Amino acid sequence: MTPHRRQATVLVAAVGVVGVTFGVLADAAGLSIPKIVVMSALVFTGASQFAAVGVVSGGGTPFAAFGSAMLLAARNALYGPVVNRALPNSTSGRVVAAQFVIDETTAMSAAQPDDRMAADAFWFTGIWLWCLWVLGSVAGAVLGSFIGDPNAWGLDTAFPASFVALISPHLRTSPARFAAVMGAAIAVVAIPFTPAGVPLLLAALGVVPAVWRHPRGPSHQAPGTVES
Amino acid sequence: MSWLLLTAMIVGAYGFKAIGVFALAGRDTGAISRRLAPFSALVPAALFAALIAVQTVGAERSLSLDARLVGVAVAVIASWRRAPFVLTVGLAMTSTAAIRALAG
Repeated sequence: MTPHRRQATVLVAAVGVVGVTFGVLADAAGLSIPKIVVMSALVFTGASQFAAVGVVSGGGTPFAAFGSAMLLAARNALYGPVVNRALPNSTSGRVVAAQFVIDETTAMSAAQPDDRMAADAFWFTGIWLWCLWVLGSVAGAVLGSFIGDPNAWGLDTAFPASFVALISPHLRTSPARFAAVMGAAIAVVAIPFTPAGVPLLLAALGVVPAVWRHPRGPSHQAPGTVES
Repeated sequence: MSWLLLTAMIVGAYGFKAIGVFALAGRDTGAISRRLAPFSALVPAALFAALIAVQTVGAERSLSLDARLVGVAVAVIASWRRAPFVLTVGLAMTSTAAIRALAG
């Protein structure tokens, strides 16, 4: 197995575990197993899925759930140009490939020295990640339905704890750490005054002072990946 | 969560990916990328931190300091010590559950 495939395998296994966590949380938030499967297979961008489920389980409106999910999904648009060299030329090929343009596939393909290896890394990571993400979600959903009162198991801590682990690759720069502190502060202040979900949308404004404070900040970094 | 919301999320999430693949790729996106990149690079940090805060101290429309805070603090320490994902989440859940079992 080539080094990039071996690296991708570790990444994919880690994402499968995150998928199990997502399934358990989505089940606890009241989503049926078909909805969990459809979401993981078709939305297929983990952060947005976690955010939407988090807003719904916190009693937020569908609009707030959709808004926070789309804020997190928007960055995938910036990945298109980065993975362009790894994508097929045909329109039909690109229609399929677009579904796999996410943090992990972009990071893996961007790290390759030539176009052929970039394409191999993109598809190998993308397809296996999709399989493990969907399987993990289903496993988590089934597991979740056997658990009973999820809070007795500390499951309400699983969500923020997952994000503590997921956020660390995004905190490597000083502007990012500043944005994180601003985002958390805005959200906490907003909780008593706004409906569930809105604190999250307001928190996105935390990036503005972070960019102002570091005008030349990180130009265009490699996207963060899940650390196992 | 309704099927309508789910469908909207599917269309929206694919839409953003497709914009990158079809509209931005192959063109000179230097100006757009340079302008948006500093902001979009920081969005995950700001939103994830806010999610952590809301899920740790949020309760309906008030703040609540309870067993969750201890679990999340344990997760922060575990993550800082570079513990694997599963261990980080497992330790956090166990801490919160243990405090609830002792208190309840």
